[in-house]
Amino acid sequence: MKIKHFFLSVLAMTVLLAVGFNAQAAQAPLKEVKSAKGNVSGANVFNRLLKKDTQRNAAPAEDGIHDPANDGTHVLQPPLIAYDGLPTSEFGNYVDWVKSLDDGLLKPRYDLFDPTVEPLVMDLDIVREVKASMPDVVFPHKPHTQWLHCSNCHPKIFIPQRKANVMSMSAILLGQKCGVCHGKVSFPVTTASCTKCHSKPKAADWKPPKSEASLQNPWR
Amino acid sequence: MFKSAMIGLLSMFAVLMLPQAAQAEYADVVINNYADAAGMRPVVFPHWYHRIRFRCKVCHADLGFKFKAGGNKITMANIIDGKFCGACHNGEISWSVENCGMCHSGVPGMPTQIHGSTVQRLVAPTYKSLDKPAK
Ligand code: HEC
Ligand code: HEC
Ligand code: HEC
Ligand code: HEC
Ligand code: HEC
Ligand code: HEC
Repeated sequence: MKIKHFFLSVLAMTVLLAVGFNAQAAQAPLKEVKSAKGNVSGANVFNRLLKKDTQRNAAPAEDGIHDPANDGTHVLQPPLIAYDGLPTSEFGNYVDWVKSLDDGLLKPRYDLFDPTVEPLVMDLDIVREVKASMPDVVFPHKPHTQWLHCSNCHPKIFIPQRKANVMSMSAILLGQKCGVCHGKVSFPVTTASCTKCHSKPKAADWKPPKSEASLQNPWR
Repeated sequence: MFKSAMIGLLSMFAVLMLPQAAQAEYADVVINNYADAAGMRPVVFPHWYHRIRFRCKVCHADLGFKFKAGGNKITMANIIDGKFCGACHNGEISWSVENCGMCHSGVPGMPTQIHGSTVQRLVAPTYKSLDKPAK
């Protein structure tokens, strides 16, 4: 009997919610938060805008976009099971995809049918000087050509010529240039990831860039 | 009765407080150009699952998927023709199309989008992609 009441009330609330949701979203209710001293208005909560991942790599049925009422949802693999043993990172899927590949922990196919086809890897770094305090950007062709084909970037996103492309951080954040992939599928743009791209310190504390070619001849 | 109503209310509140789509795995794509209108759940495409098995090149160069959520006009007709998802979900490389609920697994009504994207997570939602909208 209790159980039935419970479900009835949940049901009723769901209906109410469905009706009231739009109105609520438009104007969030200001509730009072009681603390030890005084009553702080709901308008002055500590984090008004910060949203943190409450749960990293949520399983499909709990991630809010898969419908738990669908049988297939429960057959899908939870990401954490697949990521077991892979090197981690602090953003995106929380997996370091480049290192996973380099360490041989993943062997994604480069060809639809033939698992033995090796990718056409090009080891060429492109340094882009940044007209600001941030370290210069090094674009490494190596990790990109391990995953992608030249035609994924050239010539539609980037003209294949040093300095021929105009890039800026605002374009990237809006999903252009590097932002076509970074911030969507490859690692995102966030405080912890800035130095992945901005990896060449300014002249004062210069270290050699990444590719084998540049390591052998830092002055090229 | 009152007590159970209160519990119901509280549990609904708890559900409300959960940030819904914020928990979706990074780079999961919801594709819903036609599905909802045709009475099917939207499609959820998990990038993480596929990139463990295939490099981006296979889909985005060989199979011709454009870098745009919802930008490929995928339909069941061209899937069974062996295009898009159908290049693999054909009972040869991966399980076949009759497993509707494996792909059509999204919460009904969700718009086409890529989850966890930098733009989606910005505090000021006024940012709009400079690209033309899909379709
Ligand atoms: C390049 C080949 C390929 C393409 C294209 C492809 N898939 Fe897949 N997909 C696979 C393979 C391989 C599996 C693993 C199948 C298995 O476990 O037998 C898979 C599995 C899945 C799964 C199940 C994931 C899980 O948790 O088990 C879903 C959902 C899925 N694909 C959706 C899609 C959708 C939607 C599309 C089109 C937008 C698509 N796939 C296109 C190869 C592909
Ligand atoms: C992820 C995107 C991406 C991929 C994939 C890619 N490139 Fe590039 N490429 C770039 C960028 C960015 C630049 C620098 C352009 C600039 O500085 O304006 C560049 C520059 C170049 C240049 C000019 C170098 C110079 O010294 O002027 C060549 C040549 C080139 N790429 C060839 C290739 C080839 C060949 C492949 C495939 C094996 C490839 N690229 C794959 C993004 C890419
Ligand atoms: C077509 C898609 C695409 C574009 C465009 C692109 N990248 Fe990437 N990038 C990738 C992928 C895929 C990886 C592999 C790692 C991942 O997925 O997070 C990667 C990895 C990297 C890495 C290596 C990270 C590491 O762990 O070593 C750097 C640095 C990088 N990108 C910088 C850039 C810069 C700078 C640009 C713009 C000039 C750019 N990328 C444009 C897809 C892209
Ligand atoms: C995907 C690679 C990538 C990531 C991640 C990245 N940047 Fe950049 N950034 C670039 C590129 C490319 C440029 C343009 C360099 C040029 O002018 O050629 C740039 C330029 C800049 C500039 C100079 C002003 C401008 O818009 O040109 C600043 C400042 C900057 N970035 C800050 C940041 C900060 C802060 C972060 C971390 C939140 C960050 N960047 C993360 C690639 C990246
Ligand atoms: C491999 C993944 C996959 C499977 C399996 C699959 N679909 Fe789809 N389906 C899609 C994608 C992707 C779309 C495009 C969604 C959109 O843009 O709204 C789609 C669209 C649709 C649409 C609307 C567009 C159209 O073609 O009319 C219907 C209806 C549909 N699917 C029904 C089904 C049914 C019924 C099944 C099972 C027999 C099924 N699908 C199995 C991926 C799949
Ligand atoms: C199994 C096939 C498959 C693989 C492998 C794959 N993708 Fe995708 N990608 C898709 C599909 C399907 C879409 C959604 C297209 C649509 O909605 O029409 C997509 C969309 C995208 C988008 C567009 C997002 C947006 O909203 O603008 C980007 C960027 C992207 N993929 C990058 C990558 C990168 C980088 C890799 C490799 C690390 C990769 N993809 C691997 C199938 C794949």
